[in-house]
Amino acid sequence: MSELTRLSAAEIAGAIAVGEVSAEEVTRAHLDRIEQVDDVVRAFLHVDTDGALHAARRVDADRAAGRDLGPLAGVPLAMKDVVVTEGLPTTAGSKILEGWIPPYDATITRKIKDAGIVMLGKTNMDEFAMGSSTENSAFHPTHNPWDLGRIPGGSSGGSSAAVSAFEAPLGIGTDTGGSIRQPAAVTGIVGHKPTYGGVSRYGLIAFSSSLDQAGPFGRTVLDAALLHEVMGGHDPCDSTSIPQGVPPVAAAAREGAGADLTGVRVAVVQELGGEGYQPGVLAAFQEAVSTLRGLGATVLEVSCPHFDYALAAYYLIAPSECSSNLARFDGVRYGLRVGDDGVRSLEEVMSLTREAGFGPEVKRRIMIGTYALSSGYYDAYYGQAQKVRTLISRDFAAAFEQADVLVSPSSPFVAFGIGERVDDPMAMYVNDLCTLPASLAGTPAISVPCGLSEGLPVGLQVMAPALADDWCYRVAAAFEAAYVGTNGPLRAPELIGGAA
Amino acid sequence: MEFPGVWPVGRLDFQAVPDHTVDSSTARISRAEVAHLARLARLAVTEEELDVFAGQLDVILGSVARVGEVAAADIEPTTHAVPLRNVLRPDEVGPCLDRSIVLAQAPAVEDNRFRVPRILDDEQ
Amino acid sequence: MTVTVEDVVARYEPVIGLETHVELSTASKMFCSCATTFGAEPNTQICPVCLGLPGSLPVANAAAIESTIRIGLALNCSIATWCRFARKNYFYPDMPKNFQISQYDEPLCVDGYLDVEVSGRSYRIGIERVHLEEDTGKNTHVGQSGRIHGADYSLIDYNRAGIPLVEIVTKPVPDTGSAAPEVARGYVTELRDILRTLGVSDVRMEQGSLRCDVNTSLNAPGEPWGIRTETKNVNSLRSVERAVRSEMIRQAAVLAAGQRVVQETRHFLETTGDTRPGRSKEEATDYRYFPEPDLVPLAPDPSWVERLRAELPELPAVHRARIRNRLGVSAEDMQQMANAGVVDLVATTVEAGAPVTEARNWWLGYLAQKANERDIEPADLPITPAQVARIVELVGAGTLSVGLARQAVDGALDTGEDIDAVVAAKGLRIVSDANALAVAADEAIAANPDIAAKVRSGKVAAVGPLVGAVMKATRGQADAAAVRELLLERLGAGAATGDT
Repeated sequence: MSELTRLSAAEIAGAIAVGEVSAEEVTRAHLDRIEQVDDVVRAFLHVDTDGALHAARRVDADRAAGRDLGPLAGVPLAMKDVVVTEGLPTTAGSKILEGWIPPYDATITRKIKDAGIVMLGKTNMDEFAMGSSTENSAFHPTHNPWDLGRIPGGSSGGSSAAVSAFEAPLGIGTDTGGSIRQPAAVTGIVGHKPTYGGVSRYGLIAFSSSLDQAGPFGRTVLDAALLHEVMGGHDPCDSTSIPQGVPPVAAAAREGAGADLTGVRVAVVQELGGEGYQPGVLAAFQEAVSTLRGLGATVLEVSCPHFDYALAAYYLIAPSECSSNLARFDGVRYGLRVGDDGVRSLEEVMSLTREAGFGPEVKRRIMIGTYALSSGYYDAYYGQAQKVRTLISRDFAAAFEQADVLVSPSSPFVAFGIGERVDDPMAMYVNDLCTLPASLAGTPAISVPCGLSEGLPVGLQVMAPALADDWCYRVAAAFEAAYVGTNGPLRAPELIGGAA
Repeated sequence: MEFPGVWPVGRLDFQAVPDHTVDSSTARISRAEVAHLARLARLAVTEEELDVFAGQLDVILGSVARVGEVAAADIEPTTHAVPLRNVLRPDEVGPCLDRSIVLAQAPAVEDNRFRVPRILDDEQ
Repeated sequence: MTVTVEDVVARYEPVIGLETHVELSTASKMFCSCATTFGAEPNTQICPVCLGLPGSLPVANAAAIESTIRIGLALNCSIATWCRFARKNYFYPDMPKNFQISQYDEPLCVDGYLDVEVSGRSYRIGIERVHLEEDTGKNTHVGQSGRIHGADYSLIDYNRAGIPLVEIVTKPVPDTGSAAPEVARGYVTELRDILRTLGVSDVRMEQGSLRCDVNTSLNAPGEPWGIRTETKNVNSLRSVERAVRSEMIRQAAVLAAGQRVVQETRHFLETTGDTRPGRSKEEATDYRYFPEPDLVPLAPDPSWVERLRAELPELPAVHRARIRNRLGVSAEDMQQMANAGVVDLVATTVEAGAPVTEARNWWLGYLAQKANERDIEPADLPITPAQVARIVELVGAGTLSVGLARQAVDGALDTGEDIDAVVAAKGLRIVSDANALAVAADEAIAANPDIAAKVRSGKVAAVGPLVGAVMKATRGQADAAAVRELLLERLGAGAATGDT
């Protein structure tokens, strides 16, 4: 039974499809695993036992009735609590939404359900997706399965840890500045940020509208690709949803597994490395680049000078948009209301509610955003940041004339200790140095495990032009085949009976 | 912020306020400005928080002010990574939410409406 | 001493401006598919989008955009080739997101004009901009007065939130002198007629689908324009005129006393015709506008815009000129009919065969009075122009007296039946049988010897009661004028001595 939790999503789906195992068995195995390890990993905010078993039984009934099953039918999944799920508590990691039960499903929630995927529950995250360690969750931190005293990355740390700890083979996160790729990297799994607009944002509690994208987590590149194909596609409920269909990412992953990158031009981005990056991370990255060369890729170097300004631009654009997106949390229509004693005015109640309901990082970003959009400051801050964004896109465009994909470490650091950086916002922000440029340009990027440093996972980031997500998967799959072929798969240490 | 009383040339609600230059040498943001931002954002921050935030925001703003170093006078700002235009929906009526479900989530309800404490500000 | 507008313009020159909000009559809301029906049960026409629930996203209504462009074209504006929506950020409980999706520095239509005629003079009102935004919900204030001051608490209905709203802003309008109040009213009237002709809104000021804010300032001749005040809560055409008049008088008094006019928002008071200051704010609101990231730009196809222009219906001014030509009436007569809302009614009545003067007299006279009594527009009376033409025909033929005709109209208004049917049902017919009249006349004379004596002695005017008696005897179906003639003849008082 416990081996079921070690299988990939593709393997589980295959076994269910041929009747080797029932969906209900698979779900029970994973629910058991959650019970066994989640009190130390603490990936989940809410486990939906009844809902999961119900969904699993539906798949089993469909199979028994001879109906067609989707490619991931019966496979369990951990859903980041930023995604709205009808009838299930959705908090976005915040006290201000504690107890809120959405009356509707996000588009991706509906797609998951329609595909017969079994949602096990909602996972922990940095509050409103703001953070790189999941320590900003209003409820509790999540612990990295590789070392329980360390962070799992953020903001999608819960989903990432869940997949890494074998609580689910699939996870969904959201990536605004790196919040899928960085957690994937530091927990040793695969995570992908799709081309902006490639996956619907309808039902994603908004942090930074022009940057947010939901994406897949898996322990293999193929698993992530299969989930991507379920999640992606045009959505008429999302005006920023692109009309193009999902790129052929699963096919690309399968093709890539042939580990042949002859003729593929891979460029190392000069600016995403060097000072400030941990030596172990750089070493693992260099090895990964060698591996790619060994697979037949042509490796070159490019300079994207405006990437140096990505952090500054991001920490203006994202707070500006979030200061507006989070204005709706005011205690009037749903969520927390504080201080309504019959005497205080609405303005006072709103202010007390937001003060009590938001954590410090959220407040900081709201205030920065309010400042950057203020009359008199707009041009110098928000306006200027949007121009820098154009320059970053141009850097990408120029680079992609010389290369098919760009590569870098997914993060300058491996997982750090819980509590280590939480009091220093800037020290936290630099976790995103590698991931921010693709976020700002809206181009796709994947993180695939490429080794260990000090016993902790390091991720290789592969970036492709807009709409070319399949290139990310192809190169990542090729690398994965080579790496796993040599080193075996990266697996988090055994947690049951194990110490932190 | 001065609100011009005389008729402006151009739009009626245009506010002509001089742009602030970005200067890295002095503290970028004072405690009073942070208090002002908190008020604008409806955050009842405490006195202790004000001090902490003022320091942190100052550092952050110092860092993000780097965008000003980039020569970008002729550059078009990006607001969308994706070049879409004219995404519209037809004027058709669709289903609404069940009122009872929505109101069940509300902090205070009266008469099938959302109830709020007395409002100080005038309507806009 | 009561100060008048004439007194004001003897010393100062007024400058006025108007901001009008128009609720479009689309079937669904601006950014979601909720119904827009007026008067529905509170909070029954809401969805995640217009309620601003976390995760919701807007999608723009194509018909609303088309209507806005048509309004701009009718107002001689240039239509943007590329423009965006923007967020207007402020906290208010009737706005679910605490920002309003509107347009800021990129409105859909700019730089038009509208010509308004007052007392035979034409004023060209410049149109600064026409843009599109979403309406807010409705607050009901519960407390002493039902107004916001001193309310204990408020209740909010979001049915109206998200209904498409077009904002039309004029350029400042100088050179109106003492006609400023009438010009303001005339502008709103003409605008309303245009909107009605376009069929884009039901423009009912009393229902709030047409709302006006009026701006007023005064300056001494040769001086720059003065400080302006904004007056809100102007809910009828008459209020528009009164508000401008009241502000001009108030500001003149302030200036005459050597003080400065305070730049502020004021509220119009229906009961007194005065304005009172709104609650003063410490600082002006900074709306922190930025382009709406959840929507993509609008780029109306120029050939489509031209087609819309070509397909515009005949606008009121052109229509009126054409009718005026056909009816052959003076400008003053046209204005009178336009003000009463009967231009088309009169024209159609004439087309049905009635002479112009009679058609005008009926519609401006008895029918306008009846409409007033019922508190409806003349066009909403349950009688058609064709039926009015029939009435005119019957009176002209001598079949009905004016008095009988009015009885017939009353009957038609009450029952909705045709004039002929009412006449038959009530047995309305002039009693012109000379013998019957003679008999009734002699009886009246015999019954009132004192009055008869007076008339014989030369007091012709005293015949009234005798006429009344005959009318009563004939159940009102005699021609009163003829009856009077007959009585006077029989009393030997001779031919009519003047009056009828």
